[in-house]
Amino acid sequence: MLRQIEGSRAIAETVALCRPEVVCAYPISPQTHIIEAVGAMVKSGVLTSCEFINVESEFAAMSVAIGASATGARSYTATASQGLLFMVEAVFNASGLGLPIVMTLANRAIGAPINIWNDHSDAMAVRDAGWIQLFAETNQEAADLHVQAFKLAEELSVPVMVCVDGFILTHAVEGVDILDQASVDSFLPPYEPRQVLDVDEPVSIGAMVGPEAFEEVRYLAYLRQRDALERIPEIARTFNDLTGRDSGGLIRTYRTDDAEIVVVALGSVLGTIKDAVDIRRDLGERIGVVGITTFRPFPSEAVRSALANARQVVVLEKAFSTGFGGVLSTDVAMSLRDMDFDLRTVVAGLGGRAITRRSIEEMLEKAQHDDLESLTFLDLDQGAVERERERMRTVRRSGPSAENLLRDRTADLSKAVRRGA
Amino acid sequence: MFQIRLHGRGGQGVVTAAEILSVAAFAEGRHAQAFPSFGSERTGAPVVSFCRIDDREIRTREPVMEPNAIIIQDATLVHQVDLFAGLVHDGYALVNTSRDFAELGFDHTLMSFRHDRFMTCPATEFALEHLGRPLPNAALLGGFAALTGQISIEAIDTAVKERFEGSVGERNAAAAAAAYAFVVSKMKELTRASSD
Repeated sequence: MLRQIEGSRAIAETVALCRPEVVCAYPISPQTHIIEAVGAMVKSGVLTSCEFINVESEFAAMSVAIGASATGARSYTATASQGLLFMVEAVFNASGLGLPIVMTLANRAIGAPINIWNDHSDAMAVRDAGWIQLFAETNQEAADLHVQAFKLAEELSVPVMVCVDGFILTHAVEGVDILDQASVDSFLPPYEPRQVLDVDEPVSIGAMVGPEAFEEVRYLAYLRQRDALERIPEIARTFNDLTGRDSGGLIRTYRTDDAEIVVVALGSVLGTIKDAVDIRRDLGERIGVVGITTFRPFPSEAVRSALANARQVVVLEKAFSTGFGGVLSTDVAMSLRDMDFDLRTVVAGLGGRAITRRSIEEMLEKAQHDDLESLTFLDLDQGAVERERERMRTVRRSGPSAENLLRDRTADLSKAVRRGA
Repeated sequence: MFQIRLHGRGGQGVVTAAEILSVAAFAEGRHAQAFPSFGSERTGAPVVSFCRIDDREIRTREPVMEPNAIIIQDATLVHQVDLFAGLVHDGYALVNTSRDFAELGFDHTLMSFRHDRFMTCPATEFALEHLGRPLPNAALLGGFAALTGQISIEAIDTAVKERFEGSVGERNAAAAAAAYAFVVSKMKELTRASSD
């Protein structure tokens, strides 16, 4: 039923429809509303045959999910940012063991400095952890991806992370069509584990594996991710047959057919980008968009064919590798190797800085005139950066940069107020 | 697209108000998007929330930069926040106060906008009368419906009662209806005054 509902609530209700048997989580903004709502549904009896386990940390949350999943229970958790980092050893274990846990990641920046707002640093920090990573563009897709995630995870015995932009989606109230139980049941069969800890048929899971087999274990995981590239579009098609909705899949293209410039991005910023592209299209510019729904496994072939005719590719990322540059850009560039292309990286929206349509339009305008640098930071306050650089050059004990920047900013603001600006 | 920015203080329900407004628009078959400003909200601190209403799918995720309307739950925020930043030149403003714009020192601001679209409404008083608590958000939504015509008072009534069950919903809806009637009659006064 179509309802006007908070993103977190829509995710929680959809997860409940997937009949998880164990949910364990530790609260952290902006994931908290999801877990609170699932917990309330267990307590009120809306979600039956499910144990909600309060744990003392994120490390415990993932460890409990691993234990539960290994006994054959459909297991779910959610986290964000530092919470994900705190559980990271167990995150690798979950995939290494091939346990089909589904986890919502309410994407948030990573400190220090402490910041609760949205970017993709958390997801990127674990991009090589062996999980499938799906990115939602809207809350409708966020809800839908969870149903697909359980199916995918359990078919392939690979954990799946559904990445949902923290606050921007999790705290937005908008129309979401929540599936009914019968539809979800018809799409998602009961979990049939490939391996299970069973006292009647004892097995070891996760014992020491030496050099004689470790590479093969990892190669099998690689093959399962390759299989996922086949299964993800099929699952999205089945889901579309059921719901009529275009949720999930590997990538989604928008006005790319004759596009000379194509913007590539992940998650909710795609909506704002599409609005900007429509405006530039009206001015006669041939610009399109490729949204990456499946980031891991990376859909190289799909990206390659979607970008085959583009003159310039602009990858807009909410994260970057400090000592290098774009993260998603690297994957896109690898997909386009031996092709003639011009790739630009735009880092945007770090720590929740608003990505405005106007800024995207200015970026597109520059791209149109081949004026975009190979690495650009959108809406960067260059003056503030220069001031701090100068301080660091002239004073040895220049102090903490983050606090210096804030102090400068406060001083500028009060100066502006005094001037009556 | 009609875009609304709501200003209040933590605890006044500014986020809830945006949500209720979006539910009301949804009840009328329109597309709506409500979201908070994502600060670390604390009781009493300035809080901002947003709502967009449109007849087609709303894709943008940027904050509302150029609102068509501003709802101000607490007029004392004027000392801390640039309340009218980005408001379009023919935009609406509804301010919760029992004083008038001259007393609030808003005269200067008012000069750049349409006088008939700037309205004060003693929403806290309506809330105290109907709820017994100084929570002005439902009343302000009633006033907003009257001022802008973007939403019907019936839809506000439905959304308020959906958000708050039982007598709390009834009493909030009554506060909304009272504020609606208040703003409607003030607008009639203004029209009469300008036609005289």
